[in-house]
Amino acid sequence: MKVTDQDVAYVADLANLDLTVDERAGMVRDLNSILEYIERLSELDTSDVEPMAQVSDRCGVDDSKQGSERFAYANRDDVLEGLRKSLSQEEALRNAPDADGTYFRVPKVIER
Amino acid sequence: MDSPSLTIDAARSAVQERSTTALALAEAHYARIQNEDERIGAFLTLCEERALEQADRIDRMAAEGKPLPPLGGVPVAIKDVMSTRGVRTTAGSKILGNYIPPFDCTAVARLEAAGAVVLGKTNCDEFAMGSSNENSAFHPVRNPRDLSRVPGGSSGGSAAAVAADMAVAALGSDTGGSIRQPASFCGVIGLMPTYGRVSRYGLIAFASSLDHIGPLTKTVKDAAIMLRTIAGRDPMDSTSANISVPDYAAELDQPLKSLRLGVAREYFGDGLDDEVRHAVESAIDELKSLGCEVVPVSLPHTPYAIPAYYLIATAEASSNLARYDGVRYSYRAPGVRSLSEMYRRSRDEGFGAEAKRRIMLGTYALSAGYYDAYYLKAQKVRTLLTRDFDEAFRKVDAIVTPTSPTAAFRLGEKSNDPLAMYLADIYTVTADLAGIPGISVPCGTTKESLPIGLQILGKHFDEATILRVAHAYEQAA
Repeated sequence: MKVTDQDVAYVADLANLDLTVDERAGMVRDLNSILEYIERLSELDTSDVEPMAQVSDRCGVDDSKQGSERFAYANRDDVLEGLRKSLSQEEALRNAPDADGTYFRVPKVIER
Repeated sequence: MDSPSLTIDAARSAVQERSTTALALAEAHYARIQNEDERIGAFLTLCEERALEQADRIDRMAAEGKPLPPLGGVPVAIKDVMSTRGVRTTAGSKILGNYIPPFDCTAVARLEAAGAVVLGKTNCDEFAMGSSNENSAFHPVRNPRDLSRVPGGSSGGSAAAVAADMAVAALGSDTGGSIRQPASFCGVIGLMPTYGRVSRYGLIAFASSLDHIGPLTKTVKDAAIMLRTIAGRDPMDSTSANISVPDYAAELDQPLKSLRLGVAREYFGDGLDDEVRHAVESAIDELKSLGCEVVPVSLPHTPYAIPAYYLIATAEASSNLARYDGVRYSYRAPGVRSLSEMYRRSRDEGFGAEAKRRIMLGTYALSAGYYDAYYLKAQKVRTLLTRDFDEAFRKVDAIVTPTSPTAAFRLGEKSNDPLAMYLADIYTVTADLAGIPGISVPCGTTKESLPIGLQILGKHFDEATILRVAHAYEQAA
């Protein structure tokens, strides 16, 4: 068992989840089963391999340029309401679970 | 029109020639949803008002004798991970159960601009996380071909809606196989375009470097028409590519002669069901008789795709799902006394089991001490998998594989074993990781009459070739 109940509690805390006692037990079981399967990645020697975070730099970019300049086509002027008009205050608040017409309202922030 | 089993061109022509109206077509599809969907469960929300308004606009164009746009009057369904202005968009999750977006997803807006009539939003696994549609917070979807079976996932509602003629075509999203696998299970066409071909603006994010929007349709030609409509650069998504979009449908009939098709033995190993193997092998023989040359290729890192995928996808998901905090939108638990308790209880009550499992796995893989061993390692393996395809595509124009190792499984069969469920994606996750396009096209059925899917993978931005191969196979089969 790689992942313990303590690990699960720690990670749940990082992820802003509480999890019930039953959920934690299930999570210990599932994460261990998945990580055991994932362990096979260690069979591969990747010491000389570059990591790949995304595929967007492979096609359609300007290869005559360097770094982010290759994506110059995606740049635009930094202007107010350039591509899309900003939401009105009313629209922006419409989905809020609690709002007072001007602000989003949340419970007390400072805990004692 | 009792059974509206129509293709895009047939529907559009009928409206253009006034042998029916867009309104009548929409109403016929709503009637079918009314009759069929109680037992299938493909839809979460219907938007009749929006649909009938659009149908009326199209009918007025037709009445004035104006040429209709490519999807004029065509009833479509949209997976509920794509934002629709004023229409509830849940991502299959309780945490977004009441969310009404203030804007439209680009792909949806482009469909409507091309005349499509959006009927409603389709059911899916929560945040597109799943391979059976059983992770929907609302209700599962049943496979129209056999109601005891799953429709696949996560775009199970979209696949079922098209298979049961409740929509002419649908949009789905694919992060690890979520368009192609349900298409295979339900016996329809499912196309995942190249990463960057279709804007992700307005798609509720699961794993941003892997998420794709694409069509589910009854014919390959319909998939070609849908792709052309939604593809192309969008300034609202900086990862949408600056590459021109061909007229895919116009190129479908070019002969396959001397096209080189790769077959990789890594996709025909242990775990592949015999009936699926035979159906895919016969399909490859058929493609050979159509003039393709079959070339063996090797994709040696394939066995490492699932582990790499489930680290990268969950790591990205854990970041993307951090936004659901119960403040600006999303579910808030009642009776909370502090901010910290609000976050935790809202997320605990709002997310389902699989979403929590993936948030936990992703957070673990990114946490101090494990980042190098898991997340970084997976990103390096992603490079190796991509190189496999680069190497293979130097020798061939497309690669053919099974879409899924089995036909549709039974509801409940894998729902208690997350690892078994993840392995259902074994032939599809590789294309998402490499960013290449893939299509699933029906290639026969099992003895129990369950559909089997043939997957065709192509080079970056070469959807034209895989559509052409799929079309030739569909016409011949």
